[in-house]
Amino acid sequence: MAHLLLRHRDIPDLHKIEVYREHGGYEGLRKALTEMAPQDVIGVLRSSGLRGRGGAGFPTGVKWSFIPKGPGDKYVVINTDESETGTFKDRELSEKNPHQVIEGAIIAAYAIGAKTIYNYFRGEFMDAAYAMEEALREAYDAGFLGKNILGTDFSCDFYCHYGAGAYICGEETALINSLQGELGQPWSKPPFPAVEGLYRKPTVVNNTETLANVPLILVNGAEWYTSMGTEKSPGVKIVCMSGHVEKPGNYEVELGVTYRELIEMAGGMRGGKKFKALLPSGGSGPVITESALDAPLTYEGLTPHGSVMGSASVIVMDESTDMVWAALKMLHFFKHESCGKCTPCREGTFWMEKLLHRIYEGHGTPQDVQTLESVANQIGGRTLCALGDFAINPVLSTIKHFPEEYRAKVQGASNGQVKKVAAKTAVPS
Amino acid sequence: MTHPFLEKTLIAEKYPKEIEGILARFPTKKSAVLPLMHLAQHEYGYMSEEAKREVAEILGLDPTHVLSLAGFYSLYYEEPVGKYVLEICNDLACALRGADDFVEMASHKLGIPVDGTTEDGLFTLKTVMCLGACDRAPMLQCNLRFEENLDEEKFDQLLARLRQETDEPAVVEKIVSYANRD
Amino acid sequence: MSDLITLTIDGVEVSVPKGTQIVDAAKQIGNDIPVFCHHPKLEPVGMCRMCLVEVGLPVRDRATGELLTNADGSPQLNFGRGLQTACTVQVSEGMVVRTSTEPVMAARKSVIEFLLTSHPLDCPICDKGGECPLQNLTMAHGAGQSRMHYTDKLKLAKHVPLGDLIYLDRERCIQCARCIRFQEEIVDDPVIRFHNRGRSLEIVTMSEPGFDSIWSGNTTDICPVGALTTADFRFGARPWELTPVASICPHCPVGCNTTMSTRREAVTNGRTVIKRIMPRQNESVNEIWICDKGRFVHHFADAADRLKTPLIRQNGELVPASWDEALDYVAGHLQKHSQAAAGLAGSHLSNEDFFSLQRLFREGLKSQNIDLAKRKMAGGDVAAQVGLMSGSNLKELGQGDAILVVAADLHNSAPVWWLRVKQATDRGAKLVVANARPTRLDKFAAYALRYEAGQALATINQLLNMAKVETETAVTNDIVAAAEALIKAENLVVFYGHEGLTYDETDALAKLLGNLLLLENEDGQSHAGRLNNGLVPVWPHNNTQGAWDMGIHPAYAPGYKPVKESGLDAAAIYTAVADGTVRALFVAGADPVGDGLMADRGKLDFLVVQELFMTETAVLADVVLPAQSWAEREGSFTNGERRVQRYYPAIPIMGESRPDWQIFAQIGERVGLGKPAFAASLVFKDVARVVGQYKGMDYRTLAQVAKQWPDVGGEDLYYGGNAYENRWGLGQQWPVAAEKGEVAHFDIPTVKSASRDGLQMMHTAVLYQPGTLVNHSGVIKPRKAEPTVALHPDDAASLGLADGEPAEVVVNGTAVPVTARIDYTAPTGLALVSGVPWWPGTAVAEIHKTAVAQLAAD
Ligand SMILES: Cc1cc2nc3c(=O)[nH]c(=O)nc-3n(C[C@H](O)[C@H](O)[C@H](O)COP(=O)(O)O)c2cc1C
Ligand code: SF4
Ligand code: FES
Repeated sequence: MAHLLLRHRDIPDLHKIEVYREHGGYEGLRKALTEMAPQDVIGVLRSSGLRGRGGAGFPTGVKWSFIPKGPGDKYVVINTDESETGTFKDRELSEKNPHQVIEGAIIAAYAIGAKTIYNYFRGEFMDAAYAMEEALREAYDAGFLGKNILGTDFSCDFYCHYGAGAYICGEETALINSLQGELGQPWSKPPFPAVEGLYRKPTVVNNTETLANVPLILVNGAEWYTSMGTEKSPGVKIVCMSGHVEKPGNYEVELGVTYRELIEMAGGMRGGKKFKALLPSGGSGPVITESALDAPLTYEGLTPHGSVMGSASVIVMDESTDMVWAALKMLHFFKHESCGKCTPCREGTFWMEKLLHRIYEGHGTPQDVQTLESVANQIGGRTLCALGDFAINPVLSTIKHFPEEYRAKVQGASNGQVKKVAAKTAVPS
Repeated sequence: MTHPFLEKTLIAEKYPKEIEGILARFPTKKSAVLPLMHLAQHEYGYMSEEAKREVAEILGLDPTHVLSLAGFYSLYYEEPVGKYVLEICNDLACALRGADDFVEMASHKLGIPVDGTTEDGLFTLKTVMCLGACDRAPMLQCNLRFEENLDEEKFDQLLARLRQETDEPAVVEKIVSYANRD
Repeated sequence: MSDLITLTIDGVEVSVPKGTQIVDAAKQIGNDIPVFCHHPKLEPVGMCRMCLVEVGLPVRDRATGELLTNADGSPQLNFGRGLQTACTVQVSEGMVVRTSTEPVMAARKSVIEFLLTSHPLDCPICDKGGECPLQNLTMAHGAGQSRMHYTDKLKLAKHVPLGDLIYLDRERCIQCARCIRFQEEIVDDPVIRFHNRGRSLEIVTMSEPGFDSIWSGNTTDICPVGALTTADFRFGARPWELTPVASICPHCPVGCNTTMSTRREAVTNGRTVIKRIMPRQNESVNEIWICDKGRFVHHFADAADRLKTPLIRQNGELVPASWDEALDYVAGHLQKHSQAAAGLAGSHLSNEDFFSLQRLFREGLKSQNIDLAKRKMAGGDVAAQVGLMSGSNLKELGQGDAILVVAADLHNSAPVWWLRVKQATDRGAKLVVANARPTRLDKFAAYALRYEAGQALATINQLLNMAKVETETAVTNDIVAAAEALIKAENLVVFYGHEGLTYDETDALAKLLGNLLLLENEDGQSHAGRLNNGLVPVWPHNNTQGAWDMGIHPAYAPGYKPVKESGLDAAAIYTAVADGTVRALFVAGADPVGDGLMADRGKLDFLVVQELFMTETAVLADVVLPAQSWAEREGSFTNGERRVQRYYPAIPIMGESRPDWQIFAQIGERVGLGKPAFAASLVFKDVARVVGQYKGMDYRTLAQVAKQWPDVGGEDLYYGGNAYENRWGLGQQWPVAAEKGEVAHFDIPTVKSASRDGLQMMHTAVLYQPGTLVNHSGVIKPRKAEPTVALHPDDAASLGLADGEPAEVVVNGTAVPVTARIDYTAPTGLALVSGVPWWPGTAVAEIHKTAVAQLAAD
């Protein structure tokens, strides 16, 4: 299949505007601005069934339709914070195919009546942002940004903004706070950004990949888009394959492929080792095991297996992996990234890491595993934002699927001997 | 810009045009705080007390605000660091591909523990959470420049190159270049 | 606010205004949903997660929009997927809330467990123990035992000074951010913030001095744990040992309601002392806030150098005497001089004191020479006509209303008014500020009118003329726009002060502003006499209003009754002291010598000073009488909004000191005024009889209370320690003439303006102005204002002064040492002098650079 989002892999120099335009670039924008009313654009997006690629999967057209009509400032914010462990798709898009993201964002701005677009990059993505800056310069020069775009009375500015190292700033309200120069802590919704977002004005926050889909949908139509993927999860998706596979990297697929196929695409298990488990949504979704590998990559596909597609960052682990160690690594991540605003996440992740560390080190007791589980359940569903729920997933799911590994560690402790499973893995401090 | 204190602050003196450019992109001054902190950190090497006070002064904020952000965001250093900050990702996806061993090797090679700085003030070693380059692990960022698919040999080459480099670390060029659009 | 929403909470139906949060709705029906981060005065944030409840919403048919019902006819409800925070969710019609189900209880238990994982559990030595929401809610919802390994607990710093006034215990902090939010949202001093993230969150400050805010003490009240404590109360007492006594703050015209927490102490040999001062809720006055001056400047009452016995000068020495000796002595000398006697009072005294003093002079000595020692500001008579209407509340000003502030720096001279005006602008009120220099209100003003020194009256005159013109005139400048905003406002409250003005100028200013309030709009309506409209004088002291009401004025007897023949005013008295026209002077609660108003005792035959301390004036006296401070007795003050409020005795009498009113009455008895009253309440009865405006008031009516909202000092388990419930009285605001439609326009006197040649200087207010009270309160010492002259860089340059250099300003002929400060915000041509004794109006600046004493080289 030819790429739609990762088109730069087929077309050299796609990041240059001439090349991008030679291949139909900015046609979607032209069509929207000169042939369609804003509500028609939203209509097409709704029919396309495009859902958010940032993790939550909210239908994009519906989100845009929530923005109040009429005058007043509105904003489009692109979420290029991409800090989820195992996720690296927005970075490739921004670096190699920036015009498609820019075009998608301008179309979004036109659809909701925004005059300003901010692209929030995680502060580490300097190269990607630099490429984006170059592309912006070109887009301004070509008249796709700035005053009276394409001779219409629609004007729009586009600015990049750099974060500074905080995973939570990927959460849309935290991102907005951060963009406003505040602490990057989320707020309790409502108000939703569509009603009160950036500078308290209606705001659409969309993931980079989500927006990269938009120009193609406008050019080719909603039906074309729904012809790909599955009925409930139409279209294409970039999957970030990492961990114990031969060829880690981004893979663009139609939604609906199975996880087994994805592993094959990525060259199979590294060194021919046996598959053990995978994290389907970076660190934030529950692990799945062999029995779920034939599930389709869709928004609903993993529901029966107690997991989610999320941002589709697949971290594959082979038989040599100590699952308690893996859980600890992830928990350390979430504890490190907890913004501290709400009690269960702030205190709970801290406590859980202590417990899990103790268990991993071989000093834990069966009671500690029980407490660990119970603390996790005390976090679940009670936090201000979803980070708290994310944090408990790797722990609860590894306890569920690999109870014997936990048992082995705590039995070692009760026998008075310390038993480490994977010797060469450092423990997060 | 007619802020009375601008001429007194180092970064305002050095980057008046850039600061103006940054301020122009937001309806509120406060929004410019992260970019200005990037600039200030570049200028001072870390978010020193002066750096914080300068940014606050330029934006009309209480310095406590800047202090608060410096502590929240992990890319700002509140303690002095070496000329090159080597931040190795050893998060799960990278760790599955040997990042932890790589950290150990790097620490050994530099003769410093994680979070330490070499005596010549050249290198600081840190471990960080996922940097979005898991497919090219082990990897690190050196003053925000990504170095990917590393092994011991490439690490040696990197150190050798950095030891010779006489230029300014390349970060600020990127931070400010985007502010220069007319 | 007629939009009422009806919902059901645990089976009880309640109707509340639209926009109410579930917690507050529940509180109204006595259902206390536990909270930590929520505070009804702060924006909801939903961060502690203590208030989780089940929320069901009625289900509607997608197509028809009809409400769906169950088989039994009850509405179908959708309880969503999980628990919701009652502090952030607003009520909606038909909502059903469950607050005591098993999932809710489990959530509360787990939040408490989380908050306690690393808590030090040091209740037995914690200042908050006994009035601590965390302790209370732990008793109600906590588990008996911790499941966290002891060694896993975080150990953090316990005595972190955020500044010299407030300490942080990092282990007790539960990161609810109430303090941070208070500083940012309510008082706009965002000088404390969170540092780091996750479990490392920590409250920090980078301001200089640390926690640089005049509101800092309030954070210790609203902190729901013992994390923030004040320097003077921490480890000072346990809450249950404290006896609360209601009081009124004795510093500024706001008249904040306070509570003094007192305790008998071993270290003071069993004497009861004031351990702390906290706000007492009065939603019409200070809500639940007080400034740090009100909180910390009370230590003077317990100061060791208080005067304790009467003193009579013998052979050049002041020696102790009995009260009878002293009173006889004073009465004799005053009577001897009769009309050549004069009385000067400080404006901290109570209404009862003022009333008795003027009676002594007017009736006992037949002298009308009676005035305030520091006669800074006129307009009491104007306020009696067009003052803020009784029953008004600044809290009700918002969208559509306007506020005008002239020649006053509310932040420094009446902090809680600053707060309330600022909050009115937050709610949408239009603020117009007119001053010769920028103040902290400018930031919130729609129009900040800047006039040159000496041009206040001209500016307000212009504003008034613009407002008179038919409003259709094109808006050409700020004055026109401001005038339009004022005249078109639904409600208009006008504050005026005396910054840079002489007494006569304030008189003219008050009258001009009175006329502004009397202006009729297109509908023939004027603002004067309407609820939430009127004039508020920003008096220099807490009871200047009372002094006017009680007739401490050479031309007005109590109740603003003009006297037949005016006596001498303060300025004339000082002249008369010097030239010998006045022979006997009674100074009560004032220090004219220390304040630079009176050089010495001039040609006085007799000087009596009634005081708390041995002031510079007292040192010169023939008799010194020890008075009681407000903390030792009862009485009433009248605030700038003309609310008469009672305070109560909190600590034992110092030495043999007596209440001022009693001393005046006992002298009165000796000059033939009859038996003194037995109690302040009886003096007040006389006041109410004589002063028409106080008719119907007595100590019982002043002590009346009513249920206040929000309910923060009550019985619940979670606002405990935030503020004291008001069980002692809300006070009474007296009605002005305009309420009865009784005023005509004011004639504006012509005022001679001062010379305008060259650099001008004016005195500006600072909260911690050095003076008898501030000087005697130790904890506030580091914040005491330094004598300073603030100059625009250009003016500084022409005087050859650099920032921080020593200089001297010549005030009333005396050179006062000051430190020069370069201030970019200062207007050019106007030097701002502060921290030195006050003088009226503006003056041609005499500022000299002081030669720095050259230290011997090498
Ligand atoms: C803790 C947390 C981290 C998140 N990080 C990201 C992120 O890095 N990138 C992203 O696009 N969305 C992220 N999200 C989701 C955003 O909140 C938001 O749903 C998304 O940007 C919406 O865009 P979409 O509808 O196009 O997916 C995160 C959410 C949470 C709770
Ligand atoms: S769940 Fe975690 S990250 Fe989200 S608000 Fe709470 S503390 Fe912050
Ligand atoms: S979350 Fe509601 S009171 Fe804290």
